[in-house]
Amino acid sequence: MGEASIASELFLERLNYCIYVILLLIGLWAMLAKRNLIKKLIGMSIFQTAIILFYVSIAVKKEATIPIYLPEHDPHGEHSHNSSDENESSHIGTASGPVALEADAITGYANPLPHVLMLTAIVVGVATLGLALALTQRIFQGYGTIEEDELLDKLDRADERASLSPLILEERNARRRKKTTQSNGEKGRSKKKN
Amino acid sequence: MKVLSIIPVLAIGGLLLWAAQDFPKWGDVKSPASNSPVSSHFIGNTGVDTEVPNMVTAVLADYRGFDTMFETVVVFIAGMAVIAILKGSTKGRPRRKDHEVEAEPDLIVTNTVRLIVPVLQIFAFYVLAHGHVSPGGGFQGGVVMGASFILIALSWDLEKAISRFPIERCLTVAVLGILIYGGIGLLSMLLGGEFLDYAELERVLPVSREMARYHAMLGVEIGVGFTVSAIMFALYANLASEGRLKEGL
Amino acid sequence: MIGLEIFNTFILLLLVVAATASLWVKDLLVSAVVFGIYSFLMCLLWAEMGAVDVAFTEATVGAGISTVVLVATVFHLRRKSND
Repeated sequence: MGEASIASELFLERLNYCIYVILLLIGLWAMLAKRNLIKKLIGMSIFQTAIILFYVSIAVKKEATIPIYLPEHDPHGEHSHNSSDENESSHIGTASGPVALEADAITGYANPLPHVLMLTAIVVGVATLGLALALTQRIFQGYGTIEEDELLDKLDRADERASLSPLILEERNARRRKKTTQSNGEKGRSKKKN
Repeated sequence: MKVLSIIPVLAIGGLLLWAAQDFPKWGDVKSPASNSPVSSHFIGNTGVDTEVPNMVTAVLADYRGFDTMFETVVVFIAGMAVIAILKGSTKGRPRRKDHEVEAEPDLIVTNTVRLIVPVLQIFAFYVLAHGHVSPGGGFQGGVVMGASFILIALSWDLEKAISRFPIERCLTVAVLGILIYGGIGLLSMLLGGEFLDYAELERVLPVSREMARYHAMLGVEIGVGFTVSAIMFALYANLASEGRLKEGL
Repeated sequence: MIGLEIFNTFILLLLVVAATASLWVKDLLVSAVVFGIYSFLMCLLWAEMGAVDVAFTEATVGAGISTVVLVATVFHLRRKSND
């Protein structure tokens, strides 16, 4: 049936893609659901590295070596075997300099293009993480907490205070001033007594 | 919120898994990414065009040098932004007593680090310069260099590391790195080629066109290494001391 | 070749465990250190896949700078998180 082949194709042959998707979902869920700001940032970082993992894994070729030239294809040529076969006419000109590789030699190397793009992505990711951590420190200095629900509470209360009309604010300040002069007067009288 | 956010997450997961049926199998040589003419051109022609054995460094610094220049600028901007956010943020605020670290620098740790740090910095230069032939290059060498200063800050205190590498000098070195990179590109433009077309440097250097690209790649990686090392240390110094640069971890 | 696939799958499962553990614990310092473990496992996986430059960069930047910067920030905040 179609169902069985979908399950076997997806989960047996492409199991690694399923695990990449699971990592992506863990990172995404942490960014949405966690209340602590540092946990959100760790979730962001997990998301970024999971995407980089997926991208690098499509550059893999079976039985291919790392993307650095082997000694026989080395452009500086001293180790190559061709420099001793100057009489052979099958490789013309290789004794003097490097040549472009043939198609079957090309499949022996891993694909370097995703590696380059992901190098940039890793470094930009750490720059973003540093900046986000600086903002988190600043938030903690300003509000005294880094839990999202407490932060929203404090912001709501600050908004309420800021949106009161000037008459009510003046009344509240006058009341507070009266209270402090009363208590100062009492302290003064008790000091005089003693 | 925790339960409510499961729904879009599972929906995205379902869509991704459904799309994963069409992906190529693990390590397939015939997959579209590996068969594309761009990567085949890079693998085949790096030796001819630039004589650099490490294909990743060649593509990073030469074929896609524009991307690398702007990535260096992004790292620099992030460092400056961290300094701007945290500078003067604790003015007039009493220092929290529970965060004062009373430990003195330990004897074993400081003497071991005294032996390790010179070796580490020479290794950083090696990784930078040998990036043409082995895995390595500008970013890796720069980060190892920055990590050597962070090691000094962790084993003694932050003031000793700042006395060796003050933040103003950090920013100067970072700017110098970007200017080196842009300067090499501009020099190639002034000599008649396009921006970052290193082959035109053969008019001033006594080498062939391919070796001109080889040497210009080294110059460009040095620029990247300067910027990355300075910004990594500045990032740590500001985050560990909340912008005060007095005490820290 | 079959041994390599088993190795890959094993490291990938360890990655999922490390990512979940980093988000589960309530102590932020433990969370930062387990995030360093996650970075190192990624570096191992890429080195096995043949992406040596990417592995080098992740080992220095991810497991070095990222972990140290997280620990330095948590030092100035509260170590206990509510969720």
